[in-house]
Amino acid sequence: MEGTESLVSVVGLHKSYDEVEVLKGVSLNVEEGDLVSIIGPSGCGKSTFLRCMNFLEIPTAGTISIAGVTIQCHSLDEAPEAALQEKAHLLRQQVGMVFQQFNLFPHKTILENVALAPMIVKNQVRGEAEEKARGVLAKVGLADFADRYPANLSGGQQQRAGIARALAMTPRVMLYDEPTSALDPELVDEVLQVMKDLDREGMTQIVVTHEMRFARDASDYIVFMEGGHIVEISDEDEIFENPKDERTRRFLKRFI
Amino acid sequence: MAVFTQGLVAQDNVLRWGADPDSNAPFSFFERGENGALTGFEYDIITAVAKRMGREPVFVRNDWDGLIPGLARGLYDVVICGIEINAQHAAEVDFSMPYYVTFEQLVLRAGEPEVTSLDQLKGKSIGTLDQTAALRMLKATPGVNVKAYDEEVNAYQDTANGRIDGVLLDYPIALYYATPMHGLEFVPKPFGQISYGVAMEKGNTALQQEINNALAEVIASGEMRDILSRWKLWTPAVAQAFNQPAEPSLPPTSYEAFMVAAATQPTLVERLWRYWGFLPFLAEGAWVTLYVSLLSMIIAVSVGFLSAIMRVFGPWPLRWVATIYIEVIRGTPLFIQLLIIFYGLPNIGIKLDPLVAGLLGLGLNYGAYEAENYRAGLMSIPKGQMEAARALGMTQAQGLRFVVIPQAFRLVLPPVTNDFISLLKDSSLVSMITILDLTGAYRQLATTYYDYFGTGLLVAAVYLLLGLPFVRLARWTEQRLAVDTRRPGHRPGIFALPKGKKKA
Repeated sequence: MEGTESLVSVVGLHKSYDEVEVLKGVSLNVEEGDLVSIIGPSGCGKSTFLRCMNFLEIPTAGTISIAGVTIQCHSLDEAPEAALQEKAHLLRQQVGMVFQQFNLFPHKTILENVALAPMIVKNQVRGEAEEKARGVLAKVGLADFADRYPANLSGGQQQRAGIARALAMTPRVMLYDEPTSALDPELVDEVLQVMKDLDREGMTQIVVTHEMRFARDASDYIVFMEGGHIVEISDEDEIFENPKDERTRRFLKRFI
Repeated sequence: MAVFTQGLVAQDNVLRWGADPDSNAPFSFFERGENGALTGFEYDIITAVAKRMGREPVFVRNDWDGLIPGLARGLYDVVICGIEINAQHAAEVDFSMPYYVTFEQLVLRAGEPEVTSLDQLKGKSIGTLDQTAALRMLKATPGVNVKAYDEEVNAYQDTANGRIDGVLLDYPIALYYATPMHGLEFVPKPFGQISYGVAMEKGNTALQQEINNALAEVIASGEMRDILSRWKLWTPAVAQAFNQPAEPSLPPTSYEAFMVAAATQPTLVERLWRYWGFLPFLAEGAWVTLYVSLLSMIIAVSVGFLSAIMRVFGPWPLRWVATIYIEVIRGTPLFIQLLIIFYGLPNIGIKLDPLVAGLLGLGLNYGAYEAENYRAGLMSIPKGQMEAARALGMTQAQGLRFVVIPQAFRLVLPPVTNDFISLLKDSSLVSMITILDLTGAYRQLATTYYDYFGTGLLVAAVYLLLGLPFVRLARWTEQRLAVDTRRPGHRPGIFALPKGKKKA
């Protein structure tokens, strides 16, 4: 976990909604090529933490640094919203996100879903964008489904399409917000397999998940959160066999 | 025949005159028959006056209540429509010298006891027209139940069928409307005395001078006597006022022609044939209704879209403006809004062409409803859609344009087409601000032929037919856009009806 400059660096992240503080000072470094799983009980702030990383939520305080783009947050009154959004926009081009509910665009085919952002944001020509899109879809095993609409795909296929869509923007980091929680059990594996393949290719991935077996098998290390804090960061085998903190032990009781 | 003026520019070689031709015999009205021309004794008088002024007379139609306000709006130069010269009117307009003097004629159901004084009408319902001397006289009589009508013919019909007990109106009106109707009788005693004048905008002394000079010539040359004789309106009182012989100079040919036409009871075949003859005229009105509705809808959709975006995404001042606009417009009647735009705005110097006023009124009104439709549509798109767009690096504007709005569009299509069908009917209100649309055509035909029911059914059918293609178009568009509820590879044609269950 050491490095001269981590690919992802979060320092002292705070997030409050009105009076309620959901993140109480969270810090984390992620190196290039790591697959990090974030686990914890519901309400611990893990999704909020992830969404702060690409500024879908705006932190109340703290510093986030991804692939050279650094954003410092003070209390909301200080930093003007527009300037912050501008920087967040730059940051998001380095970060891809995969959602629990897939959030595919229902009025477009899978191919169009994947090619849309490169055309609009990167100004790629349609021909080039669609060719690259087909490539990415082939990578996640959906080459034959390119001309289908999301409604005509199974859950697992939709999520894989979601991953392809995020990959099409060639991000440096992929964020996953409970990617398999909305899937039928038999469809979960096809998605996890894609994530393992990406890991082998060297993609940096941060995954909020409940899939303990996946977390154990695929992660480089695991982050356990509770009550807005990071309680423990451990090697993936070690956290299951020998959790350092009592709270971690309590949470993992069922899996140990 | 009917003239719909579009510009408000007064030209020197033209005399624009305003009147309400519905139920307006013998003043200015449309003849029955296929190419019913405008006619009437006032029509004859103003034509003669214009000729002597060296100007081309141009008729501009308006509703009775809107005639005098129309002068201030510059819709026409003068009004000649049986307007009584009195202090109340003289406060709003300038008058020419009188061109006719007459009295109020009381008409009762046949067989009623004779009446020699208005006090004897205590406890009865008597009909009349708004803003007339007759109305004032009736209101000044205690115990009389006064009913003000829009159209004279309705007052007499209601007397004949027992809804009211009698009508008190100017003698020319009674002469032409009560005479052909069965079951009515004239009370011999005349009531009051009134005179008609040509009305024009206050302060226009140059025009007043011209009109008076021309009128004097028409009277002195004997042309006035000829005109009034033809219409059987040359009474001893009039002769005395103009200091001319009491006998009519010509036989009452126009009066007799009118009575013949009024007495004719058409057979069913003749009626159907007559309806067939209405169709070209109705088609013109339908065309006006159509393009007024379409143009207004375009305005409404644009205004609505802008307001919805302002309300959902704008900074608080814009949100505030949009909300106030929506609430005020939705909370007040469309009719009032149209009247304010057309008759009220001139008071602060904004004079609008009737078509522009109509489009503005309809467009702004429906824009408020569209705004709420679109806001509901936008807000029902799951948040995750915009999140996904932004997570991919799109700006909020790009997310709106490529992801959110296309989806919202499909959702709001049914309520929007609903609104258009509604707008098609509401457009009928523009007939009240002088636009000759389908409803305006209906009123003109119905009052010319005293046929409200049959003509009404015909016009209702035309409205129905007007709306049908749009219902079809909307249904087809909905299906085309419903990409996530149809089988892959299946695209419905424009005549396809929605099928039942999908096959697996």
